[in-house]
Amino acid sequence: MPILVDRSTRVVVQGITGKEGAFHAARCKEYGTQVVGGVTPGKGGTTHEGFPVWNTVAEAVAKEGANCALIFVPPPAAADAIMEAAAGGIPLVICITEGIPAADMVRTRHYLGSTKSRLIGPNCPGVITPGQAKVGIMPGHIHKPGDVGVLSRSGTLTYEVVGQLTKRGVGQSTCVGIGGDPVNGTSFVDALRLFNEDAGTRAIMMIGEIGGTAEEEAAAYIKASVKKPVVGFICGQTAPPGRRMGHAGAIIAGGKGTAAEKMKALQDAGVTVVKSPADMGATVARVIGA
Amino acid sequence: MKIHEYQAKALLREFGVAVPRGEVAETPAQARAVAQRLGGRVVVKAQVHAGGRGKAGGIKVADDPERAEQAAAQILGMMLKTPQTPPEGIKVRRVLVEEASAIDRELYLSITLDRARATHVVMASQSGGMDIEEVAAKTPEKILREWTHPALGIADFQARRLAFGLGLTGEPFKQGVALIRSLFALYLAKDCSLAEINPLVVTNDGRVFALDAKLNFDDNALSRHKDVMELRDTDEEDPLDVEASRYGLNYIKLDGDVGCMVNGAGLAMATMDIIKLAGGAPANFLDVGGGASPEQIENAFRILSSDPNVKAVFINVFGGILRVDRLAEGVIAAVRKLGLTLPVVLRAEGTNVEQGKKMLAESGLALTMADDMADGAKKAVELARRNR
Repeated sequence: MPILVDRSTRVVVQGITGKEGAFHAARCKEYGTQVVGGVTPGKGGTTHEGFPVWNTVAEAVAKEGANCALIFVPPPAAADAIMEAAAGGIPLVICITEGIPAADMVRTRHYLGSTKSRLIGPNCPGVITPGQAKVGIMPGHIHKPGDVGVLSRSGTLTYEVVGQLTKRGVGQSTCVGIGGDPVNGTSFVDALRLFNEDAGTRAIMMIGEIGGTAEEEAAAYIKASVKKPVVGFICGQTAPPGRRMGHAGAIIAGGKGTAAEKMKALQDAGVTVVKSPADMGATVARVIGA
Repeated sequence: MKIHEYQAKALLREFGVAVPRGEVAETPAQARAVAQRLGGRVVVKAQVHAGGRGKAGGIKVADDPERAEQAAAQILGMMLKTPQTPPEGIKVRRVLVEEASAIDRELYLSITLDRARATHVVMASQSGGMDIEEVAAKTPEKILREWTHPALGIADFQARRLAFGLGLTGEPFKQGVALIRSLFALYLAKDCSLAEINPLVVTNDGRVFALDAKLNFDDNALSRHKDVMELRDTDEEDPLDVEASRYGLNYIKLDGDVGCMVNGAGLAMATMDIIKLAGGAPANFLDVGGGASPEQIENAFRILSSDPNVKAVFINVFGGILRVDRLAEGVIAAVRKLGLTLPVVLRAEGTNVEQGKKMLAESGLALTMADDMADGAKKAVELARRNR
């Protein structure tokens, strides 16, 4: 039993008439995901590369029973797109868009608190349950159904670990990218809780990075509540302080948020911490005895 | 993005936050003229994007216009070295000449994003004028915090609580409350990532104002603030960083000799880490981003190859948004166009990977293919060593 997305997920793509939106809507559909169509305000009633287009998310919900939104809307309008999805009754909103202003996310996250929607991202690769549904921009073919849950703040580094796992014959239950922004919808702790409660997940691979305290909070939760084996990696061990390493959230400020602190917190929580990103897959395989 | 103190103070003034009277000067003669207009004692302050200026000799008090001119002559053109500047320092191109104040108390006030609580936090302390990180580490109880409402912003009672906590009473209390509210309005209106006043001063005659000011802005929000973008001073930034940002690339120069070109920030950081573990040192952080076009790949090569320290390039790409065929197209075009002689190690996996590999193989260019990340790092470190 996977988490977040499965065969029954019905996806509406916001920003489907954009280049990336159209490209990835088609890739998700190819993978077997039920992509019911897309939303671009002002282009409702048309079709775009075979997908029906609506003006509003609410129409996609009413006409096609969409229960998941995948957002490719450009940064200035992306926060609004998230709120529209939540207001339209979409329970799971996955926002790929990178570069949303932090203040917009502060307001948007507050707004989401008054709805029943869960947001994944923004600035994330999305969610995939191998063999069932791909709702995001990850290359589907590198995944393999199995029972290791993967969660990460990074996109391509997630593909890296998945590639390593699949090469060793270790499949994944679900892979979740929570995104690299300072304010996001689903934290490590939220995602860990889902994996911890998921009968189909036997072990968890968690990839963190420098900046903030999300990994330390995750470590505290793992120590208190997670009974499954967890393998951890923190990227940015060589990052200089005071410089933002691509992700808006990845910055060592005031001597806080270093990789060393986070690795220690995870180690103290009983997590098997790997030093080299090349050893992530092998370590998971060893821990679960595969 | 960072701006200068004099620019920050102009914005503060616009939003009703009290600041000392003063003007910016680019020559000693201009500094003298400003001091004359202000009258009395003045302070001459170096304008660079770094803190710790006072201890480094970048701030001088002058009793009259002549001495102000002398102070400006000493500061202008100097390479100011503080713990926050590169080792060689930053050249001072401007000074701010301000009226000197009879200071009674030095306080601290700042606003920034609290990631863990997902909202903006206003911080204040009676221990102003000091390194606030040290105060936070040694005596955290001396820092007051008010988490503002994500949608409503700061409430009056929160501003009052901070002002009371700062020990303000009477007229300075009223001024303090108004100042906190005005600073928060500025912080939100201009999408700041940090608004810091250290010190916030109370003068002997009971006035409250921002003696120093630091404003940083959320890079993701700059597109909706053309006025703020105009305040950018590229003289204060590394030239390669400036060029990279013009191309929309995330680039940070480091000290090593293995140039990195990676898609995705996390993988880029991990690539730096693995180069270090392989016994080498990364020359940079470079994220070519999700939708990297062939032009961007070419620009990335241009930046990497203009760093004389780079002895080999490691391209590590796991395609998601980025398609490997598009990357291959960019790599081939760029290497040909720039006549690149640096050894290049390529590791690529992801969408359309077979097509990409085929294009590279058929290009006839000398590219070392790597099987995986560890193999690529090892090869790049080795090639850099041989090319030294």
